[in-house]
Amino acid sequence: MLVSVYRYNPETDSKPYMQDIEVEIPEGKDLMVLDVLNLIKEKDETLVYRRSCREGVCGSDGMSINGVNGLACVTSLSEAMGSKKKLVIRPLPGLPVIRDLIVDMSLFYKQYEKIKPFLINDEPEPAIERLQSPEDREKLDGLYECILCACCSTACPSFWWNPDKFVGPSGLLQAYRFLADSRDTATEARLADLDDPFSVFRCRGIMNCVSVCPKGLNPTKAIGHIKQMLFDSAT
Amino acid sequence: MVTNITNLSRSGLYDWMLQRLSAIILAAYTLFIGGYVLMNPGLDFQQWSGLFDQTWVRVFTLLAILSIAAHSWVGMWTIATDYLNARAFGERSVLIRFPFQLICFVAVFSYIVWGIQILWGN
Repeated sequence: MLVSVYRYNPETDSKPYMQDIEVEIPEGKDLMVLDVLNLIKEKDETLVYRRSCREGVCGSDGMSINGVNGLACVTSLSEAMGSKKKLVIRPLPGLPVIRDLIVDMSLFYKQYEKIKPFLINDEPEPAIERLQSPEDREKLDGLYECILCACCSTACPSFWWNPDKFVGPSGLLQAYRFLADSRDTATEARLADLDDPFSVFRCRGIMNCVSVCPKGLNPTKAIGHIKQMLFDSAT
Repeated sequence: MVTNITNLSRSGLYDWMLQRLSAIILAAYTLFIGGYVLMNPGLDFQQWSGLFDQTWVRVFTLLAILSIAAHSWVGMWTIATDYLNARAFGERSVLIRFPFQLICFVAVFSYIVWGIQILWGN
């Protein structure tokens, strides 16, 4: 099978290029895209990419696979190829490339840090732990599962244009995860930090984030909830 | 919180609400004018100026003009900060963005004044 891989080594290449590589795929198996990359690396060890758990939990190997962001380890060839003949692999779009398929995620993490992704509670600590009813816990389903792979944020044009100002779908999903938490007491301060024209309101609801999320989460819905909370608190 | 001074209200929430409210007003005005033209085939000047002699039509029209102004300012400001920013034009992008916003402002302001002049002038 023909695989076209984005290559760029700033130490030796003046600019990035696409390298066509013929890979022999073992018959009768539906390999994952990560397996294909591993086969390439066996022959050409200069190819670099991030990977760790190889089962869609760590979120290291997010990349653009035939034009769609996804985790290489849980995207099967049959799913990625459809009727296409060639497998095209590029780094996640919109972030600076460090080398080959590895991108600099600093801006992505900066936005994550901005939303204060931890529980804030100014009430005295109870003897054992802060309790939460099963109903309140249920509100966090579909929010806490995010693995920060950046597939959603780097599929979002608003994040491409303003990655320094727009929090992005991943960060906003996390922001709502703490806004929705019954144990968090900083709701007002969190909302005040999001009220500017960029942080939340750059979302134009095109839902690229929803269609690429490897965990099947819905950042657009979370963003809608944040807008609703902002609206309710200000009217 | 990200700060800025060139958007309409300095609050993302307020801009967002204004854009939606103005959209509703514009939709209602379009239905009103469109419906009037469709219901009155062979519309002549006499009838048309008669329509605009009524104060409520003038008020509704002014509301629609102000809605266009607010709606387009939020929209054009968004376009300017999406496509005419440092990512597209480098560090000195403000030299492109700010004049663009100024032109938009002059245009929007002129349309408001011109609209009032048409509605209440002689």
